[in-house]
Amino acid sequence: MKQFIQGIIDNNQYQATHLLQILRQIQSHYHYIPEDAIGQLASLLSIPRTQIIGVVEFYSFFHLSPRGQYELLISDSITDHMLGSKDLLAYLAGKLGVAVGEVSADGLVSLDKTSCTGMCDQGPAGLVNGHALTHLDRAACDKIAELVKQQKPLEQWPGELFQVDDNILKSGLLLNQPLEQGAALRTVFRRGIKETLAEINQSGLRGRGGAGFKTASKWQFCAEEAETQRYVVCNADEGEPGTFKDRVLLNTYADQVFEGMTVCAAIIGAKQGFVYLRGEYLHLYDKLQNMLAQRRQNGLLGNDILGEGLDFDIEICLGAGAYICGEESALIESLEGKAGIPRNRPPYPVTQGYLGKPTVVNNVETFMAAAAIAVNGGDWFARIGTEKSNGSKILSISGDCARPGIYEYPFGTTIQTILNDCGAENVQGVQVGGPSGTFISNQEFGRKLAFEDLATGGSFIIFNTSRNILDMVHNFAHFFAHESCGFCTPCRVGTSLLQKQLDKIVEGHGSAGDVVALEELCQLVKNYSHCGLGQTAANPILTTLERYPDLYQNKLKEISYEPGFDLDAALETARRMANRDDAGAHLAQIEVNEHE
Amino acid sequence: MSKTITIDGKIIPFEDGQTIMDAAMAAGVYIPHLCHQPEFTPHGSCKLCTVNVNGRNCSACTFPALEGQDILNETEELIEDRKKITQMLFVEGNHFCPSCEKTGNCQLQAVAYHLNMLDNHFPLFYPDREVDASHAEVMIDHNRCIFCTLCVRASHEKDGKDVFAISGRGIHKHLIVNAKSGLLKDTDIDASDQAVHICPTGALLVKRTGYQVPIGERIYDHKQIDQVALAASGSRPVAALPPSMAVGTENIKHGE
Repeated sequence: MKQFIQGIIDNNQYQATHLLQILRQIQSHYHYIPEDAIGQLASLLSIPRTQIIGVVEFYSFFHLSPRGQYELLISDSITDHMLGSKDLLAYLAGKLGVAVGEVSADGLVSLDKTSCTGMCDQGPAGLVNGHALTHLDRAACDKIAELVKQQKPLEQWPGELFQVDDNILKSGLLLNQPLEQGAALRTVFRRGIKETLAEINQSGLRGRGGAGFKTASKWQFCAEEAETQRYVVCNADEGEPGTFKDRVLLNTYADQVFEGMTVCAAIIGAKQGFVYLRGEYLHLYDKLQNMLAQRRQNGLLGNDILGEGLDFDIEICLGAGAYICGEESALIESLEGKAGIPRNRPPYPVTQGYLGKPTVVNNVETFMAAAAIAVNGGDWFARIGTEKSNGSKILSISGDCARPGIYEYPFGTTIQTILNDCGAENVQGVQVGGPSGTFISNQEFGRKLAFEDLATGGSFIIFNTSRNILDMVHNFAHFFAHESCGFCTPCRVGTSLLQKQLDKIVEGHGSAGDVVALEELCQLVKNYSHCGLGQTAANPILTTLERYPDLYQNKLKEISYEPGFDLDAALETARRMANRDDAGAHLAQIEVNEHE
Repeated sequence: MSKTITIDGKIIPFEDGQTIMDAAMAAGVYIPHLCHQPEFTPHGSCKLCTVNVNGRNCSACTFPALEGQDILNETEELIEDRKKITQMLFVEGNHFCPSCEKTGNCQLQAVAYHLNMLDNHFPLFYPDREVDASHAEVMIDHNRCIFCTLCVRASHEKDGKDVFAISGRGIHKHLIVNAKSGLLKDTDIDASDQAVHICPTGALLVKRTGYQVPIGERIYDHKQIDQVALAASGSRPVAALPPSMAVGTENIKHGE
């Protein structure tokens, strides 16, 4: 082991900022992070062992105790549930002979659930040793169980298990005209750096991650900083359940995304860029590395790009299973090899980002759009869309529709148009922008895709009338509790309390006052949380409570108070100790009214 | 002329580089807090010091004071919500004040009294947490840890060690120590370390000192936490309102 770890550390130049990448390799080799490895890393990287353990225990894909040689994870996204993943998980557990959350006795296989893997258009989906599995069904599970039993190396598993399709079903402004390699950079050098920033400003481009900050302003603020060491970061930690458009953009339009990053580097004066790629997209890693190598060969990355004196290169860093790292300051912490805990702001990343230096963080789609704007000009982009939302938006459409996949629309398009295009019928409602976004009912399909109406990072999940909305809310509440980083009290405790309070109501233990208490708690978590995760974690409850109050009220019992715990179950230990199970050893949850 | 901010209608001077908390404390205005201690890098995690700055909620301990800020501190809503955040801290751990040797010296308890917290409001989590009594002089009762990171910061910033860290995610957060065994006895901690004495609750204790000061004669037995905090920060203490009256700007305005 010593030699193996020494090799990894050598390859990573003893950089503690590479801790996540180092731990990924160790986890992948040993299927956990062994105690001896922690000690060795601490001494080689000159960091306290507590820092390493802190990182291991923060990220879902790292473990202090061994997982199976085949680590199987099934996506717990609501979109996968809708495709039957719950039954499939139980089936797979039976086939493999291992309980969910456990490792088989022989250490061969482990099985668990994981947050949305970004394959909502081709689920039920999962991961095996980090590699994406799609279109899972019982036949595929049988095959997987057999391959595991035979201990077949992953390289020998049939390719169709790992088949990932783009499913681009509607192209617009950006997807219709992919750029030729180098076109944007050549235009920038011909037109001038300042002039290009002016074009991006003119385009009105706003951040595509969902928050919608004006891209040109962000780049300009960064460029104006006194500190000259600056960084460009591409946020490819697409973790919002129901979104998968960045997966497609990086599979098919990556060159244009890299070009957008390089344009940004030219404008802000950065020498180093990073793509923070979510761990679930490991399948894209080699392809992206090859593309970077090709760009270097073609003089589009590295020293003296296109002979114009620009030095810039891009490194790809993989995440390790933490939704919070989509938050830009948490992403930067993660890039620095730490737990993804959002920073206090100010200072903002444009003034103090990666290693405390000015940093631009933008979404994949933003860089792709910026490259196109650099070539086609600001007006080309600005003539499309609405007054406050210029250009187009790329959507990831999943859930109850005939044709899930990638759709690009001009801002201002109505929800009804989108539903018609993807073949959605008997629609009850749509979750726009993922769990952190808004649920709209079928009375609101005239609403528009736009920052001023329905803002979205791209997630668009459709629910037909056969679905129980509370199942969705329940799934999202558990998602946020699972993904809360735990830094601040309102989110750490609040998301768990929301989950408990919602479960109480959904499971039929709620009584008068419980819905009011739920709503109060929602407001507390929303108003006091440290970052966007906590501030939006209550949205699924709030937006559905607003639209379907009866759905919640109907679950309540007609008594004034229902204890939050099971009285009878609480007596179980006492019964076991007293060795009795007669009627007298049991308690009713509430006093039974004899007149009823 | 010095720069000023306004807190609950009161004009307060500040210097560049000060946070809202710094300026408030220096002027004798108490903002409830637990994870903050003036001599350590602000953390901003407990969220008790949330104030409303020009309509937006911010943590006073991390947010810089800036000219023109109109800040609300003692509004009915903020006091009520701070109480709920304190209740969250109580229910996520196991805090049994009557049997805790820190009672009367505990900032969590004192803040709860200050905010007029009379019950837990939320269901208790009853987490399964351990006690590390392995060390000869210092012990950790994980049941009482609120993840304020003051011991982490004190050990790193003042003691020049890294005895403590917070590990885990979300509700599974927990305090860990820098030893292969995971036990305090195998760390380089010393009972005289600042980290040992900074804990706002009874999570970190020096052994055999618990009852040297009898209950009834402890820090918060006769003084409110606001008086104690302001006195400790060297600011000029203002006449503190009893908590029952500290319910919003109305009282403050009438009191002036």
